[in-house]
Amino acid sequence: MSENTFKVMKQRNMRRISGLTEPMRILSQLGIYLFLFLMALIVLFPFYWMVISSLKSLAEYKLSPPTFWPKQVLLSNYADAFTTANLGTLFMNTMYVGLVSTILSLIITVLTAFAFARLEFKGKELLFGALLATMMIPGELFTITNYSTVISFGWLNTFTVLIVPFLVSIFYIYLLRQNFLQIPNELYLAAKVDGTGDFKYLWKVMVPLSLPTLISITILKMMGAWNSYIWPRLVANDDAHRMITNGLRNAFTETTGDVNYPVQMAAVALVSLPLFLVFVFLRKYIMSGVSRSGIKG
Amino acid sequence: MVDSKQQWKAWLYLAPAIVLLLVFTVWPIINTVAMAFLEGYSGLTKTGGDVTFKLGVGNFTHVVAHPDFQQALLNTCLLCVITVPVSTILALLIAVALNAIKPLRKALQTVFFLPYVTNSIAIGMVFAAMFNVIGSVGTRRQIISSYGIVNDVIMALGGDWINWINSGSEYWANMLVMVVYIVWNALPFKILVLLGGLQSVNKQYYDAAKVDSTPRWRVLTRITVPLLSPMIAYVIITGFIGGFKEYTSIVGIFGEKMGPVHDPGRLNTMVGMIYDSLERDNQGGASAAALILFGIILIVTMINLYVSKKRVHY
Repeated sequence: MSENTFKVMKQRNMRRISGLTEPMRILSQLGIYLFLFLMALIVLFPFYWMVISSLKSLAEYKLSPPTFWPKQVLLSNYADAFTTANLGTLFMNTMYVGLVSTILSLIITVLTAFAFARLEFKGKELLFGALLATMMIPGELFTITNYSTVISFGWLNTFTVLIVPFLVSIFYIYLLRQNFLQIPNELYLAAKVDGTGDFKYLWKVMVPLSLPTLISITILKMMGAWNSYIWPRLVANDDAHRMITNGLRNAFTETTGDVNYPVQMAAVALVSLPLFLVFVFLRKYIMSGVSRSGIKG
Repeated sequence: MVDSKQQWKAWLYLAPAIVLLLVFTVWPIINTVAMAFLEGYSGLTKTGGDVTFKLGVGNFTHVVAHPDFQQALLNTCLLCVITVPVSTILALLIAVALNAIKPLRKALQTVFFLPYVTNSIAIGMVFAAMFNVIGSVGTRRQIISSYGIVNDVIMALGGDWINWINSGSEYWANMLVMVVYIVWNALPFKILVLLGGLQSVNKQYYDAAKVDSTPRWRVLTRITVPLLSPMIAYVIITGFIGGFKEYTSIVGIFGEKMGPVHDPGRLNTMVGMIYDSLERDNQGGASAAALILFGIILIVTMINLYVSKKRVHY
């Protein structure tokens, strides 16, 4: 008897024992599906509303009761949104900051995680513990002084100010160090015997073996750049360096009252689209990174 | 085997991180604490001339006594106390339900994770659109051209429309909108963690419950919740930490004025307060407020850890 048939028989037995008759079981399953579909509907509704509102004319948007599918699909809202919010420049700025800070951040994270995982030096455990402890401190506490610091560096309204202060992330270092520690030490010692240098070993062995974690870090870092709002608003809110989230908020300051919502929703949809694409194609990496972090971006 | 050559090399690998951490992490900790205890510290007055600031707790007493701070503290605490339990319970129910089905589980799981990959400012604007009443509301002559989709639904169900976020709206209505938005935003992470926990639970407990024909509700409260308690504690603690730092979701819905048109600043939070003081060049006050926030988060986390030590089952 195969294990599978055994499993099925066991399940049947369980069902008989559990006292739930077949119709009752179906009913309870139905209830579960109903609950899940209702919740899914609530979760999805804002996205649906965003998309259909962005396709309506202003007159149709104001109809009460509303239409649940645009009578006439108006793509011009998207063109309007693109020019009103100057999304092209915002997009380029954000991509530039995101890419540069991700690359630099990855380099620093790899080097630091390697030192903590493989190299020996005095005070290693103490230093690592102190770094982990700083993760408890709310970011606002750093922002206050960092604001004065970047002003004294003359970095206000530059790309540098958006990139440099956040290059080191203790959380990413922690994540990658855990991953490095899982790689057997014998591999390292064997490489040593062969005369492979530390740096070559790191680059040829450890980095390829930790690729999933590195991809997770890349995605979270890019999403962080895309969603960052507070710091960019404080230090680089001029036209040449403004990032996408700020630009969106700046272009549409009014949220209540008589607003041209279709255009606003088109802009929101355009800003959300890249995040969705990333999500669709790289869901696995996002979910594994997120479940370990508890933080957004 | 620690030779001096390896020591030297390790510090070389660490150098870039150490330099950046010294400037942007270590120095801020020292400096922020120092500024908080220098009464009336302001960067502007400092560069203006030869000023010395008195050492003392003046910034703290000033911040705590400020009515804006009390409002911000109330808003932040209210949002935390309401949204954390609501989102945790909802997430638990959804995770348990997802765990109980087979077909469509992957698809539904993806749907429930979707709010996570959104920009809180952008989707806040969508929520504002859904709750907004188009037209002049709050004046004596009300000219309304659209009640907004949420009010349309309420009216279709036989209720009366509510002024959620427009001029003249009431505090409880504003808060309710914020609660809905924050819970919507908080669900994905909690569901992800709880479902992950559920899938690693030993199936034998459930088989035993079936033998005893335990009702579903008792299985949930007596088996699932205790076995999941470490994950539940985790999402509650991170939920509180995130809740006390709430800021951008309010900017998303109400804009930078942090409140309805007729009463800006009404929904300000602790983090919002810190940035307001910073923009007024009151670094002393901002530092004091940030330290108070840190203190609150520390205390709440301690309480959470203490409670979970007593309640978490393993």
